[in-house]
Amino acid sequence: MSGTSDASPLPVRFRASLSSLASVPITLFGLILVTFLIGRAMPIDPVIAIVGDHAPPDVIARVRAELALDKPLPVQFWIYLEHLARGDLGSSVMTSRPVTTDIATFFPATLELATTAILIAILLGVPLGVFAARYQGSHFDHAVRVVSLAGQSVPIFVLGLLCLLFFYVKLGIAPGTGQQDVLFEGMVREVTGMRVLDAALAGDWDAFWDALAHLAQPALVLAYFSLSIITRMTRAFMLEALAGEYIVAARAKGLSDARILWRHAFGNIMVPLITVIALAYAGLLEGAVLTETVFSWPGIGLYLTGSLLNADMNAVLGATLVIGSVYVGLNLLADLAYRLLDPRVR
Amino acid sequence: MEVIVRNLRIAFTSPQGPVDAVRGVSFTLGEEKLGIVGESGSGKTLTGRALLRLLPRQAKLEADRLEFDGIDLLEADERTLRRIRGKRAGLIFQDPKFSLNPVMTAGAQIAEAWRAHRGGTSRAAHGAAIDLLAQVQIRDPKRVAGAYPHELSGGMGQRVMIAMMLAPDPELLIADEPTSALDATVQAEILRLIEALVSRRGMALILISHDLPLVSHFCDRVLVMYGGRVVEECNAASLARAKHPYTRGLLDCLPSLARPKRQLAVLKRDPSWLDP
Amino acid sequence: MSTLAAWLLSDAPESRRQASLGRFFRGWLQLRRNHLAIAGLVAALALILVSLAAPLLATHDPAAQDLTQRYAAPSAEHWLGTDEVGRDLYSRLLYGGRITLGMVVAIMVMVAPLGLAVGTVAGYAGGFADRALMRLTDIFLAFPRLILALAFVAALKPGITSAIIAIALTAWPPYARLARAETLTIRNSDFIAAVRLSGASAARIVLRHIAPLCVSSLIVRVTLDMSGIILTAAGLGFLGMGAQPPMPEWGTMIATTRGEILDAWWVPIAPGIAIFVASLAFNLLGDGLRDVLDPKQG
Repeated sequence: MSGTSDASPLPVRFRASLSSLASVPITLFGLILVTFLIGRAMPIDPVIAIVGDHAPPDVIARVRAELALDKPLPVQFWIYLEHLARGDLGSSVMTSRPVTTDIATFFPATLELATTAILIAILLGVPLGVFAARYQGSHFDHAVRVVSLAGQSVPIFVLGLLCLLFFYVKLGIAPGTGQQDVLFEGMVREVTGMRVLDAALAGDWDAFWDALAHLAQPALVLAYFSLSIITRMTRAFMLEALAGEYIVAARAKGLSDARILWRHAFGNIMVPLITVIALAYAGLLEGAVLTETVFSWPGIGLYLTGSLLNADMNAVLGATLVIGSVYVGLNLLADLAYRLLDPRVR
Repeated sequence: MEVIVRNLRIAFTSPQGPVDAVRGVSFTLGEEKLGIVGESGSGKTLTGRALLRLLPRQAKLEADRLEFDGIDLLEADERTLRRIRGKRAGLIFQDPKFSLNPVMTAGAQIAEAWRAHRGGTSRAAHGAAIDLLAQVQIRDPKRVAGAYPHELSGGMGQRVMIAMMLAPDPELLIADEPTSALDATVQAEILRLIEALVSRRGMALILISHDLPLVSHFCDRVLVMYGGRVVEECNAASLARAKHPYTRGLLDCLPSLARPKRQLAVLKRDPSWLDP
Repeated sequence: MSTLAAWLLSDAPESRRQASLGRFFRGWLQLRRNHLAIAGLVAALALILVSLAAPLLATHDPAAQDLTQRYAAPSAEHWLGTDEVGRDLYSRLLYGGRITLGMVVAIMVMVAPLGLAVGTVAGYAGGFADRALMRLTDIFLAFPRLILALAFVAALKPGITSAIIAIALTAWPPYARLARAETLTIRNSDFIAAVRLSGASAARIVLRHIAPLCVSSLIVRVTLDMSGIILTAAGLGFLGMGAQPPMPEWGTMIATTRGEILDAWWVPIAPGIAIFVASLAFNLLGDGLRDVLDPKQG
């Protein structure tokens, strides 16, 4: 058979993407169901948590009816879904505000932290992986492998504590915990909730540098883990690509080393690498919980752990649901990116 | 332009010790078509790649002389080699499925080869790519230029490969089993194409293959390799009068319509052929 | 080469036992060449031995408090000093190793067989059972592990049992996925068709023919996962959601003493180093095992 194959690119690609999209609602539904069940499995009586153990019986009964706790489980679930559809995640016992408001306040800080961390991880990790593969077996390669191996084994909160110990306490070159100095509290108008960005937007450069200095440590600590994964996967992908026959062909064409490395080998791994990066970003959400605890960073991770310690179930479940949904979204993005960007996937 | 090879030796290190893949190959090539025939493991592909110093990292290359047009390939640095590769000598690989970059269009890959050695704008290179695709007898060059390798059939892919390697207008073309991955019907077309292009441009050709009659048909001279050595060297025309028992054995195995035999002969390998 | 080695490496094994032992020996030779993996193996074995021998190796009772010696520096009496209530840090570290290992083993014992069972059944049965089971694993895979574990623990009650259950609930899906992928590949092999033709029931085929083949990639995954589980368990402890004080779990130890990091930094850091070494050991070992057992997997 000569001539090109009968390619009908778009419909096939989209069909496959649609089926991934279709599985998302089911996964989200499962997520909601699981969080609901966790909430109902609590040994602590949520009513007592709200009104205290000394409340009179009629108050308890009223609150119980309000929370619909006297109804059968499926009905409670339906009510839960209704609330969710309205964007109502209940009220936080800790802050007495709607959970959604709380999350909206805390989430940007996590976004700031996670995005900075992933950018650092990409900008450092990708070239390290590419050159480690290029110079496979060299001292540089071994060093890169050791560093990324260590990065996957080190507990992130220990690393955070060590950084605070060295750079803040012993060397004094980094600021302490928190997102900004107490000095700057409330001085910059909040637009995005991300201090660095807000300060830059307001033109307040003192506040900007302060916020940046506070961001540096937690971002670097958080970045280390993702960097390890990204470096390792980049190196592995590059080694595979560099073993391909088309690389020998490119050399036979007399192309320069740099061109072969980046245009040919790296060009072939970009798509799976994007998937890895998206998944690493999703994984940062977990790391954020621990990092925020160490650095008192006012993000959703800190909110979650605070709620856990206070047995604030609405907050815990709300935060879990939000983080879980973001995670699902990022996984979907990774999957779609692969399908839509790779010319080979038809 | 002359290629001189004297006592070429290629070895690989393995956990069991060094493996000698090529053991003292010598030949000279002028403005002619040379065929290198051998079975898998005879070392013919490695010999071809050694001429452009394209061996894998684990390979150890040694030779008394390895010259391309007076340039010593053994001592040459990467820059010198890069000026020979592509521009003065091209290499066609066996299977376009693997030897073409899967995420670059055919046109882009050909244009890249053009621009690397002839310079110019990317538009000029792209135009040249389409022109080259027409030269390799592709009927719809514009569409193929925009296609990715996995969208092309084997024959098309190989034509793209040929166009890509001819883009810089080299003096020598090394074709490493260019038709082994293709259907029988397409094989003859591709070889005729190669022959026509090589003749038209006045290029020298090294055709590496396991197919003896094919090589003898398209080439002026033939080298037969076995176990890393050249066991026979003769003109294609006088192949029937070959002396080495391996070559004779190969010739005897060939079925013939003109002289049908009751039973096909079986090649009997003499271990002495492998002796140093 | 010794006669035993020659027998193991023979190309014509005479019994099934010889063949499997030979395969094991060949794998071992290959692993041995990887220095990092051997380092990991030694460290992991050391960890296991030290944890098992903790009562013998400890110098003090890990729960014995001595409020006159809070945050003491390392000395001849207390090799690594003492913690916030004067307990010997070295002994607590040893017992902490027991807890960590115990948790990891408990989790693995639950997770790997469950994942294997779900995956092979889903892969072999196909159809609705496959889709349903895969939906289930997808849902659990969609959660970030630590977050879901935190939510579970919060609901049940912070403690070591809840932590084990919570981590196990989030750790099993990848094994099911892995087993299913392997089953799908094996299912269409000729030898399975042959066994089916000879009248074997589906259960027998899955149990005796398919499951054993999935084991090697599962082993690699288990080993690599151990390092992640050690980190997650320590993370839970650090957040106060895992083993509760006064249990000497490494993460919990860090949480309770992190305030003293300025004056007695080794008290929170020593358990941190222990976590790192344990996780690293299994990472190295897992990497090495993967090269031997499963070279194609990324």
